[in-house]
Amino acid sequence: MRIAKDLVAASSTPLVLGILAEEESYGYAILKEISDRSGGRLEWTEGLLYPLLHRLERTGYVESTWRTPEGGRRRKYYRITDDGRRELAEQRQQWAAVSEALQDIWKATRSAAPTLKPALEG
Amino acid sequence: MGTDTEIEGQIAQWRGYMLRRKGVEQSDVDELEDHLRGRVADLTEGGLRPDEAFLIAVKRMGSVDEVSREFAREHSDRLWKQLMLTGDPDAPADTARRRELLVMIGCAALAAVGIKLPMLFGVGFDDDASFYVRNFGLFALVPLTVYFGLRRRVAGRTALALAAFFIVGAVGANVYGLADDSQSIVLSAIHLPLALWLVVGLAYAGGDWRSGQRRMDFIRFTGEWFIYFVLIAMGGGVLTGFTAGVFSAIGLDPETFISEWLIPCGALAAVVVAAWLVEAKQSVIENMAPVLTRVFTPLFALTLVAVLVAIAVTTNAIDVERDMLILFDLLLVVVLGLVLYSISARDHAQRTGVFDWMQLALVVSALLIDVLVLIAITGRITEWGLTPNKSAALGENLVLFVNLAWTAWLYVSIIRGRKRFATLEKWQTDYLPVYAAWAWIVVLAFPPIFAFA
Repeated sequence: MRIAKDLVAASSTPLVLGILAEEESYGYAILKEISDRSGGRLEWTEGLLYPLLHRLERTGYVESTWRTPEGGRRRKYYRITDDGRRELAEQRQQWAAVSEALQDIWKATRSAAPTLKPALEG
Repeated sequence: MGTDTEIEGQIAQWRGYMLRRKGVEQSDVDELEDHLRGRVADLTEGGLRPDEAFLIAVKRMGSVDEVSREFAREHSDRLWKQLMLTGDPDAPADTARRRELLVMIGCAALAAVGIKLPMLFGVGFDDDASFYVRNFGLFALVPLTVYFGLRRRVAGRTALALAAFFIVGAVGANVYGLADDSQSIVLSAIHLPLALWLVVGLAYAGGDWRSGQRRMDFIRFTGEWFIYFVLIAMGGGVLTGFTAGVFSAIGLDPETFISEWLIPCGALAAVVVAAWLVEAKQSVIENMAPVLTRVFTPLFALTLVAVLVAIAVTTNAIDVERDMLILFDLLLVVVLGLVLYSISARDHAQRTGVFDWMQLALVVSALLIDVLVLIAITGRITEWGLTPNKSAALGENLVLFVNLAWTAWLYVSIIRGRKRFATLEKWQTDYLPVYAAWAWIVVLAFPPIFAFA
């Protein structure tokens, strides 16, 4: 199953902020995390992830630092800011509202479906 | 081990591709490389060979075009190359840049203070205007030469030569005791800055004045410097206007401050600041002079052809008053500049095209106009005898005539594919000392030859 582009784009900010809210991380790890959490259904490209991270940094939702772990390569770590947490809370509410509404509708359509069928047959 | 170095080579190559894209910066590529390596490591753990893992990792990243387009969309500001005046803290060259900034500020301050120094000895702008007219070139270009001397860390011998040139210039400008209303003083005031500008070139080239490439760099520098100087001057004009208006509004008369301090000190400091800007932006921003050249070559060619047609139709002779002579000399210099800057930006491998024909038309029509001016001048000289003005004009037109004639000839050969573009470039750079020699002759030899007229 492929998830539509618009949906991927809309969910990208809360996903990244949510992952960073748990702990600071770097690009590749974030990408793997998203893939794991979605059971491989969300496959982000680097062209989506890094510009997004840079945009979040510019708007002040995340901060970045270059660090060199012992014996490793220079790596850019991202950390969520207080502004970012506020934004995440806000987005969470919005997504909750959307998902509640969807759940409601799914339920309604599922209960409606069997009653419709006989009507069509008849 | 072999595959490891292979991978490193491939990653380096990939970095090269990535860096060439617009909107992608060094730090982005560092970040993406880390990503790439992370994925390669995961894939090799999963049992793939490193080179296979690399291929898959690169493939997953998407095409270089796609990734860089996303970056460019997010960082559209990067497509506007910024002339960074505030240092990037990551840059290792930060201390060098700060040193350059200090040298620039020092030399600009030297220029601003220098023009006011004679005041200490009671030589004011109003009372001794001719002193400033004669020595203007020195006031403007000594600080600039000092700036390049320090920047290029010129060797002792070059520094001595530079100093010697300026001393000769100072002597030439001041020792003859020319009358304020003489022709020679005006000629000296025009030619000394020209002669000294080429001395600046010696400092610019760090003493390596024989090198054709260094000379071409100096020609490029001259064009860019001129553009930046004009831009700064325009900003200075706005500043002056506001200063005048605002102080008048509160009942203070700023005129003395403006004419005695703001304009002279600002203009001379701008000489150094413009040079520093050109140096700082050299590799950051596209050169402007070649762009302007492209725009104005056809327009100037049209104008010159129109002038020639007008002369042919009306059979009016060219008026050879001093202002007119200067005008025509300037016109020829502009034509030469157009040719020079289009050469300076030209890719030598490029084939000749419409633009080259246009340039040839420009050069040939300039040449014809030069011939007409030369005829007019010689007519006047045979009638009225030699004066400093007419001799200087004659010399200048001859110097430019030789250059333009040979340029036209070379251009024809190039368009016909018989010669390479480099020949034309070499001819122009080789010709530079001729201008210098002529300017020095006018400054040093003309006053005694013409009995200080």
